[in-house]
Amino acid sequence: MTQLPQSTDRKLGLVIDLDTCVGCHACVISCKGWNTENYGAPLSDQNAYGADNSGTFLNRVHSYEVQPDDGAAQLIHFPKSCLHCEDAPCVTVCPTGASYKRVEDGIVLVNESDCIGCGLCAWACPYGARELDQAEGVMKKCTLCVDRIYNENLPEEDRQPACVRTCPSNARHFGDLGDPDSDVSKLVAERGGMDLMPEQGTKPVNKYLPPRAKDTLATQTDEEFDILAPFLAPVAEEPKGFLSWLDKTLEKL
Amino acid sequence: MHPAPSVIFFTTFSGLGFGLLTWLGLGAPDVTGWTAFAFLAIAYVMAVGGLLASTFHLGRPERAIKAFSQWRSSWLSREAWCAVGALVVMAIYGAGLVFLDTRFQLLGLIGAIFSVLTVFTTSMIYTQLKTIPRWNMPLTPANFLSISLAGGALLAGQVQIAMILLLVAGGVQALVWIRGDKAFAASGTTLATATGLGDRGAVRAFEPPHTGTNYLLKEFVHEIGRKHAQKLRIISLGLMVVVPVVLLLLPFSHFLAVLALASHIAGVLTARWLFFAEAEHVVGLYYGKR
Repeated sequence: MTQLPQSTDRKLGLVIDLDTCVGCHACVISCKGWNTENYGAPLSDQNAYGADNSGTFLNRVHSYEVQPDDGAAQLIHFPKSCLHCEDAPCVTVCPTGASYKRVEDGIVLVNESDCIGCGLCAWACPYGARELDQAEGVMKKCTLCVDRIYNENLPEEDRQPACVRTCPSNARHFGDLGDPDSDVSKLVAERGGMDLMPEQGTKPVNKYLPPRAKDTLATQTDEEFDILAPFLAPVAEEPKGFLSWLDKTLEKL
Repeated sequence: MHPAPSVIFFTTFSGLGFGLLTWLGLGAPDVTGWTAFAFLAIAYVMAVGGLLASTFHLGRPERAIKAFSQWRSSWLSREAWCAVGALVVMAIYGAGLVFLDTRFQLLGLIGAIFSVLTVFTTSMIYTQLKTIPRWNMPLTPANFLSISLAGGALLAGQVQIAMILLLVAGGVQALVWIRGDKAFAASGTTLATATGLGDRGAVRAFEPPHTGTNYLLKEFVHEIGRKHAQKLRIISLGLMVVVPVVLLLLPFSHFLAVLALASHIAGVLTARWLFFAEAEHVVGLYYGKR
């Protein structure tokens, strides 16, 4: 049924830390790897070795520049995948019932054998989280690695989404955002986790942690500047020897 | 949005076909026998042809039958039901007209209602999308319905009604463009809200996720086509409304009527191309594009 459940028992999702993400794209690669080799149709590439190459990805990392009114610009790496929204507009538009939101954990999934590839769910998603696989003709999206998180054949530490498991800077966290005592919920409360496009009314489960404020660089005239500063002062302000001669000679020309 | 020919043809011709079915169901023109057959044939070719065209943009057209299952929540599913309802009821009604020389009035009325509902549900597929602010307004169904009924009246040879409805459709179309131009800004969605970073400064897309293109950019970001939008709007209104109305005002001849119809269809095709090409999906913001 493509009607949304009234409520879900749990709200499994991701918390993405924009402060620590280094933009390495390892989550993109591990996601593509796991989801190509495991559940559902593989994530195909088109013209992978040609000039005009493209492919299906469930997770993509953007980079944004933020220029404050004063101070230096900041570069923020921005991983984006399905936010497993509570009011998921992609689910209700589906004509076949292929798209659904699970009552037990809130994961939004596509039943690929029912999907007709009309693309309407991708039209309804404001985040660009759904991509129609060009080889298979069905809609692909993040499954929150549903085939990992409950998989008892995997060691316990691997029972989390591939992107979370692989992240080298610990910028991705997985857990139940419906439980206020879970680690992820505490993290969101502590760091002021935010929704993307709240005005779209999708009530995303995934939260983003905003980057922390940057330190301001101390200058030499500041009292707090390094006590070794006097010893680190430049020894020579003016060039000497050959460089001095060259400087003067060039000035005369 | 990518202006896919399959969807442009589908909305234009199914709109015309179901518009004609509406008028035939209401008994205008009040025809029976082979004349009725000719009218019905034109309506069915357009309506069914349009519906078939729409299946070309499916990734898995062989499973299209499954689209009937979710009528409780999905406008696309409701459209499928209304279309089949209209085609079946009008086929029985049409059989009465052609073979029995009898007009089953109630059946015709039901068929007409289903035909109007088909066009309405088609328009709601687009209207419901908050992600595309230009479509997300009550004027969108008014736009689709007025064009369908006007074109249907033109095909049905209802000259007086057609002229009035063409002018109404033209007025609605102009309003759609005026309001639509302001819709994206009015939606409040910007790169600042998309990234949640707006309160720290001006956000600029610095680097896209991949050097190549992707499905999202091909489907939702179509910047080139909008270059001549203003000129195309004038051409579209001229062909869709002005030329047919002028031709209908002249002394009636079948040649002029066909010319009026051809002009109207060309105008609607242009308007539908603009409907898609000018529509901006909010996902483009993530890529620094509209």
